[in-house]
Amino acid sequence: MDSGDRAARRLFFSAGLTCALAGLLVLGFMVVLGLPLIRSGMLWDILTGPWSPDHGQFGILAMAVGSVYIAGLSLIIAFPVSLGASLFIEVVRPRGAGRLLEWLVRLMTAIPTVIYGFVGIFLLVPLVRSFSGQGSGLCILTAALMLAVLICPTMILFFSRSIARVPRTWLDAVDAMGGTPYQKVRHIIFPAAWPGIVSGTVLAFGRAVGDTLIALMLGGNAVTLPESVLDSARTLTAHIALVIAADFDSLEFKTIFISGILLYVMTGLGILAARAAEKNL
Amino acid sequence: MIPSRVNGEACDRLMTLFCWGCALTLTLVLAAILGFLFFKGWHVLGPKLIFGEVRPLDALLFKKRVFSGLFPAALGTFCLICLAVGTALPLGLACGIYMAEYASNRVKSFFSLMVDILAAIPSIVVGLFGFSITVFLHHYFGGRILPCLGISGIALAFLVLPYIVKTTRIALEQIPLEIRMTGLSLGASPLQNLRHVLIPASLSDIMAGIVLAIGRCAEDTAVIMLTGVVATAGVPKSLFSPFEALPFFIYYTASEYSDPAELEAAYGAALILLAICTGLFIISFQIKRRYNSFN
Repeated sequence: MDSGDRAARRLFFSAGLTCALAGLLVLGFMVVLGLPLIRSGMLWDILTGPWSPDHGQFGILAMAVGSVYIAGLSLIIAFPVSLGASLFIEVVRPRGAGRLLEWLVRLMTAIPTVIYGFVGIFLLVPLVRSFSGQGSGLCILTAALMLAVLICPTMILFFSRSIARVPRTWLDAVDAMGGTPYQKVRHIIFPAAWPGIVSGTVLAFGRAVGDTLIALMLGGNAVTLPESVLDSARTLTAHIALVIAADFDSLEFKTIFISGILLYVMTGLGILAARAAEKNL
Repeated sequence: MIPSRVNGEACDRLMTLFCWGCALTLTLVLAAILGFLFFKGWHVLGPKLIFGEVRPLDALLFKKRVFSGLFPAALGTFCLICLAVGTALPLGLACGIYMAEYASNRVKSFFSLMVDILAAIPSIVVGLFGFSITVFLHHYFGGRILPCLGISGIALAFLVLPYIVKTTRIALEQIPLEIRMTGLSLGASPLQNLRHVLIPASLSDIMAGIVLAIGRCAEDTAVIMLTGVVATAGVPKSLFSPFEALPFFIYYTASEYSDPAELEAAYGAALILLAICTGLFIISFQIKRRYNSFN
């Protein structure tokens, strides 16, 4: 290996290290800026208390619950549809239609989230308002429905990839024994592809928790603990976007770094969980 | 055995029906979203939407300021893309090359975990990071640094970095062993092999990944919301000035519009952004399909 090769290797390594540390850098910045709050001993109040800046209360529990509520509901809506659609692409495979759907799903990944939010405001919100007959239509259900559309492609592509990885010979064996497609799915595909299905679901949940625009535009942004799907709620992401305009030195402002750390930890754990599931494949 | 057989057939039919139902639901939802946008927005599309009352050539040469068009926002988005991709590209390429060609298995799995975590960070948190950088710079440079185009570009670079790393790495790893070995067996050094054989061979996949990264920069709203985008700034003057961007215009107008004409402009902007993003997606898809020699 000559000196040019060695220099190039060193250069590539340092770039690699920079990329690897970039994620930690993001966390580091937030921890440093959130540190005054963590040190002040108010962390527990902030994580569990109510949000009422006028009374000196800066709890973000309602936002954390809002995030999980909206993301969870969108997952419940999107999961069956995604599973059905990925089985449609990989197992039912009607000629032409299967490929068309696959192409559409891929295309959906390119649609900006702000457009989902925009269409949501002018199309979905009035619909939800007239169906529910109460409130403004800006509520958990509206945000979750739109969010479900956003995370569907992630899940479908992940599911269909793990279904496609099931060895062809196993499926041929079922066919040879006279098994029906349903039996194939139940006894071969699900048992073999479940780790992929789990990790796809976890990643989609992370995407739903991490999305800002849809929850911000459609969720209504109330700061109280939500009780029903027709209640308005604020997510951690929307909270960051809304409080960023506050005075920098205020306690109110510092809570957004705690929100950021919380979001970081949630999505980071999601990645670890998805990887653990993949290892079982 | 006959009852169970009948049962099996029913299950089969039910499953097929369910899958068709899901596929149709999804297609209809997509059609409703796109159809709604087209129906509401297509008639505002035209030069007036982008350039307002100013002649396009005057606007493009910065002779006159565009007040009532999307031109400043479109230019802001364009600058953001150049800055973010320009920053992330060399770093991402080098990191991808290291992971695919040089790294030992342990280093590789550690790096890929870290890159996956970076990819999963919500974009608003990346925006918050960009904001924190501004706070630090503001502190150390005596208040001259405020949220601006440069900071947004750097923050967005963090957002697209993992995409570039991943596509570069996968593109290089896909190269078959015989191609990989030919150069080396002819006496090329690893670097020469990389430069003259491996990178040219995987260029189309890498390009496709870069085009997708451009789309990601064009659509992201959360990052720029925290790092310097504003509703009216005109054409960005320098790296240190606030700027406008298409996605932010859509978000802002949806909540703050004062008259129907403004809302119509937002529909137009949404259609343009949609066209840009799906257009980039299709370009990426075509590059991959047309020039890929390995699969």
